[in-house]
Amino acid sequence: MRIDQNFTMDLLNKVKKKGASAADVVAVEGDAASVQVRLSAVDKLSKAEEKRLGLRVYFGKRSAGASTSDFTPAALDDLVETTCALARAVVEDPYAGLPDAGAMATDIPDLDLFDSHTISMDRMIDTATRTERAALAVDTRLTNSEGADFGSFSGRTLFANSHGFYGDFRSSNFSFSVSPIAAQDGLMQRDYWYAVGRKLAGLDSPEAVGQEAGRRTVRRLGSRKVPTCRVPIVFDPEMAGSFLGNLCSAVNSYAIYKGASYLIGRLGERIACEAVSVYDDGRIPLGLGSKPFDGEGLPTRQTVIVERGILKSYLVDTYAGRKLGLASTGNASRSIGEAPSAGATNFYLAPGAISPETIIQSVTRGLYVTELIGFGINMVTGDYSRGAVGFWIENGELAYPVEEITIAGNLKDMWMGVEAIGNDLAFRGRIASPTVKLAEMTVAGG
Amino acid sequence: MTQSSQSDNKFLEQFGVTGREVQTVMGKIKVRDVDYADLYFEHTVAESVSMEESLVKRASKSISQGVGVRATAGEKTGYAYSDEITLPQLERAADTARYIARSPAGEGHAPAIRIGTPIRDLYPVTQPATEVATAEKVALLEKIDALARAYDPRIKNVMASFSTEYKVVLIANSEGELVGDVQPLSRLQISCIAEENGSRQIGTHGGGGRSNFGFFFEEQRWERYTREAARQAILNLQATDAPAGPMTVVMGAGWPGILLHEAIGHGLEADFNRKKTSAFSDRIGQSVASDLCTIVDDGTLAYRRGSLNVDDEGTPTSCTVLIENGILRRYITDKLNARLMGIPLTGNGRRESFQCIPMPRMTNTFMLPGQSTPEEIIGSVKRGLYAVSFGGGQVDITNGKFVFSASEAYLIEDGKVTTPVKGATLIGSGPEILKKVSMVANDLALDDGIGTCGKDGQSVPVGVGLPTIKVDEITVGGTQVE
Repeated sequence: MRIDQNFTMDLLNKVKKKGASAADVVAVEGDAASVQVRLSAVDKLSKAEEKRLGLRVYFGKRSAGASTSDFTPAALDDLVETTCALARAVVEDPYAGLPDAGAMATDIPDLDLFDSHTISMDRMIDTATRTERAALAVDTRLTNSEGADFGSFSGRTLFANSHGFYGDFRSSNFSFSVSPIAAQDGLMQRDYWYAVGRKLAGLDSPEAVGQEAGRRTVRRLGSRKVPTCRVPIVFDPEMAGSFLGNLCSAVNSYAIYKGASYLIGRLGERIACEAVSVYDDGRIPLGLGSKPFDGEGLPTRQTVIVERGILKSYLVDTYAGRKLGLASTGNASRSIGEAPSAGATNFYLAPGAISPETIIQSVTRGLYVTELIGFGINMVTGDYSRGAVGFWIENGELAYPVEEITIAGNLKDMWMGVEAIGNDLAFRGRIASPTVKLAEMTVAGG
Repeated sequence: MTQSSQSDNKFLEQFGVTGREVQTVMGKIKVRDVDYADLYFEHTVAESVSMEESLVKRASKSISQGVGVRATAGEKTGYAYSDEITLPQLERAADTARYIARSPAGEGHAPAIRIGTPIRDLYPVTQPATEVATAEKVALLEKIDALARAYDPRIKNVMASFSTEYKVVLIANSEGELVGDVQPLSRLQISCIAEENGSRQIGTHGGGGRSNFGFFFEEQRWERYTREAARQAILNLQATDAPAGPMTVVMGAGWPGILLHEAIGHGLEADFNRKKTSAFSDRIGQSVASDLCTIVDDGTLAYRRGSLNVDDEGTPTSCTVLIENGILRRYITDKLNARLMGIPLTGNGRRESFQCIPMPRMTNTFMLPGQSTPEEIIGSVKRGLYAVSFGGGQVDITNGKFVFSASEAYLIEDGKVTTPVKGATLIGSGPEILKKVSMVANDLALDDGIGTCGKDGQSVPVGVGLPTIKVDEITVGGTQVE
């Protein structure tokens, strides 16, 4: 059965016949495949066609959603029935409803998110195998591996609503990674590196990924604790991305109206120094977070979140916007069957002018963080406490590897304490950051 | 659920397949080098109703159905899945799964399907929560909101959600076995935000299990969860900065059992130990904890969130003694790893859904009670931390370092519990930390039923438990340097 505009129109008509005042439909279908290899032998292969459809209906100010992977007429009739019944069971919400008809996207730009080339299982296996080999070849202490994997997804997203909006676009995603293991003196360490992109041709080479993974793993051997202290912290780009992700959560309008963010009421105020500017941009070609329209059919765009240290905007969808008296920023995100809710598209910290090496050289005594574990972040207060792995910096140099320590502070202070931003911004995910240096955090160790 | 051969036919009917069709598909997979194959049929109805700002305005429902087809050859696994359960799709999936063994299509041998012997029923739910009218769930959430706000005027925001699912599974394997199970699961989650003098804090609590909807009304459960969330939010308004550095920590009973889940649980999953990537590899028989510690993984507890009648490969779950008086005894296994390592099959092969390959996962993981009393334990600490509630945790099973984050904790000074301190992350080393357990109390409790474990992108519901224990030293990730 062809899942297209007629299909969505039919469904919306069925809903209308049940008395609904408004509705929208999201459908995703695609092909997924993955392979895992370990020590040069294939470990796992997996392949499937996936499809899922979500329906959201409004009976005036009451709404509910449901989803299914069964697209037969009988199942869809059931879906309509179920969703309408659910909507009638909830209470009226004065802010509920589709966005205004005039706000819908009028053009659907091609953001170059789809690769018409496909990759065979054999080639996936070959890429993963080469990646692992390159990783283990870096050092003789790399004697084991969790394995290397390659994943691919290629699909189509459709969206239609009762305002008459219809949009669809295709997208792909390819990624591979390796997790080698190094051993020394009866102790083991593990790290990983990866490549990800919308197009096969744009991916890093397996050899480059493997070598980086091997290098990162072997440098962790001989890790030790450090004594408890208060020192400057330098986040490598991956960890700075995690730090930026915390900000991303705090500016989410859902958290703001729920009362669950430490950035409530701070619009227009300084939250970081002049060097800090943060953007969300849903239209970057090839962007891993890009999409031509958001989860409610509004146009995506670039939004200035933080401008030279001043908080300018939250990430806003229509519903949260109505509650907060703000316009949508085109950031509605959608889990199939759920209500739309704000989310980032491509969220990044603008790069500075200094190299990461210079940043490290500026630290007399401090910590270079390369991995963070745990979920110890309180979004309501900004309190922050996470396990960390990295290197002790002594006189501007990485002196020795460190583990089994925590770094703690508060996100408000951490952002106000950003002292340096590197020039090494690279988009390796939806949230991207250059190297970042913070003035001080508490390191708890021995 | 009646326990007879009829029930397995009911399962076949649910999925619209016959025993003959299953056998045909199995015959296509189990050729030459394929030494084991299985089909995992799943039909899940999931529903969620949530309330915020005193309004139940969000409700959603999802129906998910499909089949996963697996073929294993030695260490290798081939997998295909489809949301269409028809013979042609099954055969296509079988072709893909069989590709792992690089075997050509051909007639394989599959023994006739044997209807499995009746399994015990750990969760005979008569009225699944998915069949309870939405209006009743809405009414419960409204009561929760009223109770939470009445607890204290400083409670400003209340968020509560009720999620439930009803999963029907049927597992057929190349050994001729056919096993079905019906797995209900419900969870109530409440968060309260308190505000005072411009300062805001959050408290969270919840619970549930494989139970009837009525479970939440028994033993005043919904009231208790609500008061706990409110109490924690109010308490945290007074919390001061947590200390930083190594300290003696007393862990409260119940959810603090997440310590075991992170410190040793993942490290004892057999796949990591077969690959020798775990810090516990080759350590069976060695001392990994103080002799006060006996820790089990038990999937056979009635009505518990982490329990299962059979795992997702059809193996009945069991109570596995992982560590006995400090000595490492067992890894938890699924079929592949038990076979390759030549160790006992413990019934821990789990998968998030038909879209996933099973692997060793925990069920309910807890430490058995000891002889001390909680009062004796706290009284024995000159200066330390008393941690009674936690958020989540994480572990690196290769170097053994794990973390978990306290959400309610107090200082202990001269044997007395004093000031509440802000949640801090605790970090330690799995193979070392349990050697520092110097006292174990007699008050074992399991968590209320809110745990979800993530591994390799797959989430499964789990339980944890602990009696009050004293850990002589663990690093506390606070901000206050002494």
